[in-house]
Amino acid sequence: MIYLDNAATTMRKPQEVIDAITAAMCSMGNAGRGVNEASLGAARTVYDTREKLAAFFGAEDARQIVFTMNSTESLNIAIKGILNPGDHVISTVLEHNSVLRPLYEMEKKGVEVTFLNSDEKGTLDYADFEKAIKENTKAIVCTHGSNLTGNKVDVERIGEIAKAHDLLFVVDASQTAGVFPIDVQKMHIDILCFTGHKGLLGPQGTGGMYVRKGLHVRPLLSGGTGVQTYSKTQPEEMPTALEAGTLNGHGIAGLDAAIGYLEETGIDTIRAKEQALMKRFYEGVKEIPGVKIYGDFSSMDRCAVVSLNIGEYDSGEVSDALLTDYGISTRSGGHCAPRMHEALGTVEQGAVRFSFSHYNTEEEVDTAIRAIRELAEEE
Amino acid sequence: MRKKELKLVITFHTTADAMAMEKECKKVGAQGRMIPVPRSISAGCGLSWCAPLECREELKNVMQGIGLEEEEIHECMV
Repeated sequence: MIYLDNAATTMRKPQEVIDAITAAMCSMGNAGRGVNEASLGAARTVYDTREKLAAFFGAEDARQIVFTMNSTESLNIAIKGILNPGDHVISTVLEHNSVLRPLYEMEKKGVEVTFLNSDEKGTLDYADFEKAIKENTKAIVCTHGSNLTGNKVDVERIGEIAKAHDLLFVVDASQTAGVFPIDVQKMHIDILCFTGHKGLLGPQGTGGMYVRKGLHVRPLLSGGTGVQTYSKTQPEEMPTALEAGTLNGHGIAGLDAAIGYLEETGIDTIRAKEQALMKRFYEGVKEIPGVKIYGDFSSMDRCAVVSLNIGEYDSGEVSDALLTDYGISTRSGGHCAPRMHEALGTVEQGAVRFSFSHYNTEEEVDTAIRAIRELAEEE
Repeated sequence: MRKKELKLVITFHTTADAMAMEKECKKVGAQGRMIPVPRSISAGCGLSWCAPLECREELKNVMQGIGLEEEEIHECMV
């Protein structure tokens, strides 16, 4: 199989990630639930991972890193935990349903939401952020990179706007964490939401968020924490305030090893390889008659994603042909990004998304190019 | 049960704080180890740092060095 669905989950993981999870599953107790070696071992691994993530994202303190199961959980905690009825929030049509649906829920509770449009290439006009700010604007919630087009968003620029207007800035880094440098201080990010199973190369069921020190976020969940057992309320101290229940220690051990791998390999090296593969694919398919590519390719400093359609073919049909005839795994349909598809005019057809990992090879890319050429000729 | 001794027991707000303490103490060679929070201090659960009484100032310095705020510092029989 040629796996080109890395924007959904990076399938191939570093061997050290697999080894770390295996070791954890043979030895790990419950973090923070005792002083036996199994429990302390788990707590030490969890804390070590917090420290690594804090350094990785430029956080001021490891205690500001919260573990969740994925970006979706982090975004739900962020959006539902900072907005109140009467607040106004600015977001964009680039967003994934993990941002959109929590925002729609808050809209029903009296939060006012403005979605900024993109142009036909899926790019934002940054002046629109300033124009959308109102007296009751509380926050900007924005992706760092579109999961459909691969367009990268200049979050540093938006962060400057948020800072200038004293707005909270929530960033969805699902498609960028582990590949692009993220510095929460430099980018003025108040809450960064990330998942472990994509660019960070960890296992599914791991993810987290950075919350700026001093910012109070209402917890989404309450429950066991290993501390303050007889208190009737969730502890207020970070990170425990936002971490009810047993953490995914086994998965976090894998994420810990994954961060180690990224640091050792260097995300610049990883990004250069991914982007080179993306460029090779883009250059190979862009001139094929009948192929329409979505997104802004004026710069190759973008997420390693190429979404396309062939003529009027249903994207699901193309994706299925790629799988059955060539053994190539892609993602078709709506990609949980309904507003982006609306902006691109692809609601009915969907799109076939190719997304690359640094583990992919040029030969795999060339096979995918040949497959698209042959399928386009069939039309 | 074992004979008890008067010891310094430091409690923390979160497990993350307790882990930060343990890591730093190991790094700088400060004495002590994690024990369950004694019932005489607080009913419930949680981790605390137990060390000889004479380590009070040294441990306070360790915490200050990493910006860590203890919940409470006790002297109790453990």
